Amino acid sequence: MSAPSGYDEERLGELLSLLPPAPAGWVRAAQELPAARLGLDEIVERARVDAEFRVLLVADLEAALAEAGFEPTAELLDAVRACLPDLDQ
Amino acid sequence: MTMELSDAQLVGRCRNGEAAAWNELVERFSRYVYAIAVRAYRLAEHDAEDVFQDVFARAYERLGSLRDDEAIRPWLAQLTRNACVDRLRAAAREQPTEEPAAEETDAMLEQLDEALDLQAGLESLSEDCRDILDRFFARDESYRIIGEALDLPAGTIASRISRCLGKLREKLEGRKNPADASGEL
Repeated sequence: MSAPSGYDEERLGELLSLLPPAPAGWVRAAQELPAARLGLDEIVERARVDAEFRVLLVADLEAALAEAGFEPTAELLDAVRACLPDLDQ
Repeated sequence: MTMELSDAQLVGRCRNGEAAAWNELVERFSRYVYAIAVRAYRLAEHDAEDVFQDVFARAYERLGSLRDDEAIRPWLAQLTRNACVDRLRAAAREQPTEEPAAEETDAMLEQLDEALDLQAGLESLSEDCRDILDRFFARDESYRIIGEALDLPAGTIASRISRCLGKLREKLEGRKNPADASGEL
């Protein structure tokens, strides 16, 4: 750790107040990224090999994911939506 | 996950796919990324949230391309700056907005780096001290709220804060002059 310059209590207080915690939900969402990515990889792979699942995804994405056992969070829905055009090719 | 891990060790473990290491990395830098967005670039909360998620998503995807694991902090800072600037420019296309001056953001980033160093220094304090300083300064909680949360008389909070700041100062001075360091806090 590099030593902050000037150690009076006022300065320490100022510095401490510069880093409020990020909202807990944001931190949790970022921490869940690896798991979300794993889920995405699994969904994409299944959609590639399973035409029926692919049709269900296009017809009703949220219901298809829930039915397949994935929690259809907004992030996952956006991520799968972004992959759908590639899956149709 | 122990807090003793260096940034480089933490990055190495993330690269090996350790979920606990990724959790710790996000925890360690979440305040920093958030503060760059809302303090240095003054983004509105909803834009800051997009930037925050975007930065950690990019970090996760590109961690393998980081050449020096020790440089995770400046790398995250740069990812965050880029994301903030992109966000401001996209917003300006819809409605003219003024970007903060580069000198201003540079000065704030310097202060945030110093603040993050100080956060690391807090780790050497007792949990009680860390908690009370964090609640008062970073979370902006009142004496009354702190007193209720920690089951302490509100009248003693100010003196405890002062005492903990004193300990932090001693600790920092001890690090600067190791010969003067005077034991545990």
